[in-house]
Amino acid sequence: MKIEDLREHLCGIYPDLCPLFSIEFGDGVLCVSHERLHQAASDLKDLGFDRLGMVTAVDYGEEFELVYRLQSRAMHAGIFLKARIKRETPVIASVCDLWPAANWQEREVFDLFGITFDGHPDLRRILLTDDWVGYPLRKDYEDDRIIRRPDYI
Amino acid sequence: MTQTSTSDVTPDTAETQPTGTEPTETVMETVVNIGPSHPSTHGVCRVVVHLDGEVITHCEPIIGHLHRGIEKMAENRTYLQVVPLTDRLDYVGSMYANWAYCRAVERLAGIRVPERAEYIRVIVCELQRIASHMMGIGSTGADTGAFTAFMYTFAQREKVVELFELLCGARLTYNYVRPGGVSRDLPDGWVEQCRAFTAQHPSAMLEIDDLLLGNVIARARLKGVGVLTQVDAVAWGTSGPIARGSGVDWDLRRDDPYSVYPRFDFSVPLGDNGDSYDRARVRVWECVESCRIINQALDQLEPGSVQAEGLPRLLAPRPGDAYDHIESARGSLGVYLVSDGSPRLYRMKVRSPAFCNLAVLPLLAKGHTLSDLVVILGSLDPVFGEVDR
Repeated sequence: MKIEDLREHLCGIYPDLCPLFSIEFGDGVLCVSHERLHQAASDLKDLGFDRLGMVTAVDYGEEFELVYRLQSRAMHAGIFLKARIKRETPVIASVCDLWPAANWQEREVFDLFGITFDGHPDLRRILLTDDWVGYPLRKDYEDDRIIRRPDYI
Repeated sequence: MTQTSTSDVTPDTAETQPTGTEPTETVMETVVNIGPSHPSTHGVCRVVVHLDGEVITHCEPIIGHLHRGIEKMAENRTYLQVVPLTDRLDYVGSMYANWAYCRAVERLAGIRVPERAEYIRVIVCELQRIASHMMGIGSTGADTGAFTAFMYTFAQREKVVELFELLCGARLTYNYVRPGGVSRDLPDGWVEQCRAFTAQHPSAMLEIDDLLLGNVIARARLKGVGVLTQVDAVAWGTSGPIARGSGVDWDLRRDDPYSVYPRFDFSVPLGDNGDSYDRARVRVWECVESCRIINQALDQLEPGSVQAEGLPRLLAPRPGDAYDHIESARGSLGVYLVSDGSPRLYRMKVRSPAFCNLAVLPLLAKGHTLSDLVVILGSLDPVFGEVDR
């Protein structure tokens, strides 16, 4: 299924989600508010997006953007689900109940960004040691061992 | 080696705890810690195993021993400087990480890759699939006590590695696929040498198949061990030979075709039962299919440029994000990039197939014996450079 057809398909079923759907660099992107994220993920799962490919986050200063990549084997299509949360309150609903694949992926985001997933069964650090201080992939993370490479311009 | 001997593992604690409400009935639970540095963990993985007698009641892989923070390191480098870092992700299949990263950069910066470069990428990545699966199949043999098979597969892997050495001088970290194409054209005589390899490889695979998977001991050790159902394979986000061994008919080369893959005729091998045997079997047949793809690509290969014209040395794509994924030897390997318009990456995320595949280990190992855990872990074929990043 082409990404344009997917948009029409989505709009037919969920007219209220339609204005939130955009196409960037050939990928379908659905940006929702963080309160609606779990519902949107659940709706997309019902629509046939049965695989959770990736969960990650990006630090945009004031806000964190959660990025979920969903795939549908039946439609041969992929879609991004994005939601922004405030830096001061880094909490979002877990999608572990929809896809067990989210378990380790959300633990990784928690480990490296310090974002808490509400409803996660076992939220612990996964890549770093339990006594690690700070969240390395945040842009304001400070560590003596980081060596800033010079500009070669 | 028939089983993991007791001297290889260190019992952490042995405690007695009551089960149920009957005070008379007790069960001895032994907690065994395997790894992080143990030959059967295929890298630096620690597995904490809870045993009832010799049967696993619960196990948990502890990862992160090889975490180098590659995603953080990438934020400090320019787009070209990140390519060598991607080599260090999956060090058994460096070409894949090179290619997945370059595809994401090309998508972000709108670079068109010359056709010859696309063909060369397909050829080297299918060779890489063979090299990687030779490691996977060979270690399945080593895990089940059939060490001879390991020697046979490594003889084949050596031939691929020699081809790569001719191509780019390196045997493990190639740094060959670059944004806009590949680093250099094929050297003289390389195509003939590659054809000679693909001519003999399928028969060598049949021999290995017969030697390892036809062996009655290996079959007894692999069949019915670590069964992953099709429903679980999808729900847990597994991909590659792990998912296909469980009968999930999903291969990005065919189902989300990229590069020049639509021009090739190949089939996707599937397993029936989702056990360790099927996963090994899928790898064997994928190698044969890879030879078919390489032969077709060599036939269609036309002379031409291998690097996109007019590419600046310092890439600074417009702000935005891009994701691209390819079918690596371990599954769907994706790279998500965010650019803020500067010459340095803002964020790189590697969607690692080995990481997602390893998450099903507790599911598969439950109810099996400790010696089967080694086989199950080996059949998932994790590479910890990619799991830990």
